[in-house]
Amino acid sequence: MNALVVAPLLIPLATLVATLFARPWPRAVAALSLAGALALTGAGLALVALAAQGGILASQAGGWAAPYGITLVIDRLSAAMVAITGIVGSATIVFALARDEDPARGRDFHALVHGLLVGVCGAFITGDVFNLYVWFEVLLVGSFALLVLGGGRRRLAGTVVYVVLNLVATMMFLLAAGLLYGASGSLNMALLAQAFAAGEVPVTAHAAVVLMLTAFSIKAALFPVFGWLPASYHVAWTPVSALFAGLLTKVGVYALIRLVTLFWPEAGIAHEVLLWVACATMLIGVLGAAAQVEVRRILSFHIVSQVGYMILGLALATPLALAGAVFYLIHHIVVKANLFFIGGIAARLTGSERLAAMGGLYAHAPWLAVLFAIPALSLAGIPPLSGFWAKFVLVEASLDARAWVAAGVALVTGLFTLLSMSKIWNEAFLKPHPAGEGSGSAGSGSGGDGSGGGLRSADGLRPALWAVGALAAMTVAIGLAAGPVMDYAVAAAQQLAAPAAYIDAVVRAGGN
Amino acid sequence: MEIVVALTVGVLVAIGIWMMLDRGLLRVVLGVVVLGNGVNLAVFSAGRLDGLAAAFASAAGAPALAANPLPQTLVLTAIVIGFALFVFALAVLERSWALHGHVETDRITAVAEEPAPDLPAPRDAA
Repeated sequence: MNALVVAPLLIPLATLVATLFARPWPRAVAALSLAGALALTGAGLALVALAAQGGILASQAGGWAAPYGITLVIDRLSAAMVAITGIVGSATIVFALARDEDPARGRDFHALVHGLLVGVCGAFITGDVFNLYVWFEVLLVGSFALLVLGGGRRRLAGTVVYVVLNLVATMMFLLAAGLLYGASGSLNMALLAQAFAAGEVPVTAHAAVVLMLTAFSIKAALFPVFGWLPASYHVAWTPVSALFAGLLTKVGVYALIRLVTLFWPEAGIAHEVLLWVACATMLIGVLGAAAQVEVRRILSFHIVSQVGYMILGLALATPLALAGAVFYLIHHIVVKANLFFIGGIAARLTGSERLAAMGGLYAHAPWLAVLFAIPALSLAGIPPLSGFWAKFVLVEASLDARAWVAAGVALVTGLFTLLSMSKIWNEAFLKPHPAGEGSGSAGSGSGGDGSGGGLRSADGLRPALWAVGALAAMTVAIGLAAGPVMDYAVAAAQQLAAPAAYIDAVVRAGGN
Repeated sequence: MEIVVALTVGVLVAIGIWMMLDRGLLRVVLGVVVLGNGVNLAVFSAGRLDGLAAAFASAAGAPALAANPLPQTLVLTAIVIGFALFVFALAVLERSWALHGHVETDRITAVAEEPAPDLPAPRDAA
């Protein structure tokens, strides 16, 4: 059982090392990398199955009991996050197999992706505040190198923004961790939660938590500190930006959910603030998207907007709202990564990601149109896709909590999201390609037909389509089988809403 | 002692933020370092500053007036991580100089806002 708890850390770490040793053989690197990501998915699903039995698994590193050892905790939420991390990681690696433009880039890519996955999984399963900081740094280092992978002026410029803003956020987190320790004498989340519940902490500890939540808000790209995200995500290589879009802000959201539910389980002033932040994030994100004219920049602003929904669930703090936030988290990671993948394929086929220079994809590649429609409609919340259930639960929870403004903002944001998606649909898919039609035949453009324009063939994109198809199938599956997924989310929310079981599991897991 | 450390932290953080508001990327990167050192010092101070003895526990027991070693180890970790990130930031700075010919932050961010370039035809890229 303990071996399974540390598996989400050991698998990507071992894969990272293996890919470094296999560096001279690109095919071996890709195979190892994919095997590692699939193994991580398997471990994640096994953890989900284990967590679904209701217990919370805690493991103390090195067998040291709670205040001294670093705690790893698996509850329903963290198990689901690990599984979804494995799925998105696998899809990213499969997608990257299709883009054989630069073999050297591909090789480094795999090691860095697994470095990132170690950090992401670590952040999901750790039960210690300082350890969370370390995992944040691990994923940050991986993400820095991934973002700049391939080089170029524009990519480097985006990286500058990303690096500086994320360093500031991490320092705020470190400072908050230090102050929290100074004020409370503990860094273990469960013991801190116990002390907070018993009212044994000075008010400065609460202040330190506020500072920490501010740092996570920057990571999660909440209003008003989201500016770095749409300024940097669109410059990365397609699989990289999809991986970032799926996972990175969600680590911030996860940390917010984890700490707020543990330290302040009762709704209070922090929830009030978060509610308004969530509304502003939803609205500003979607309005920002309306002003954009490039596929990935539109999608980047939608990340901001969608994060608002999850924070809305957290801010309402009722079990139903938390369940909505958990469901939203699961659904959103899949959908958002997939939209970035499809945006990359669309750009590859049309030769640009500026909407004005795109077009004709519906006639050229009808399968891509279908694959785009699934996540796009899901993002906007059209039944029966996964996004509908996520939004439905959150709006219902808002109405239950008499948060009329929040419910209204959530609905309006859904409407604007649909508008934004139909903008991409009209410009990239329906409108004829500006540089002369591809004369309607899918195979005519095979090989480079001049640098100027025309639609290009989808040759060599097969693995990318598998990745996109698999994620789209998952979106449909989550939508159709919403019952079991929602049951899981509700049970996860019950665990979050009653932190006593979490604390108990950590305290009992003492050394051996 | 605490007051001196608190003031030092405050001054370091202020200098760091002031430098990060500068237009030159070099000063921004150095500002991050100064800010990081201020933060490290703050974390360090969480372990009591009046501890006269090092926290070595022997069979006879721990000394009565020992500093808490945990924040010291935390800071050690943070220094190492911070150093790695600083090196990466310097590499980014160096590449920015090479590619842009200048290191002015607002001109660099303007590059990231430029319209996306058209992709080369697949044959050329392969």
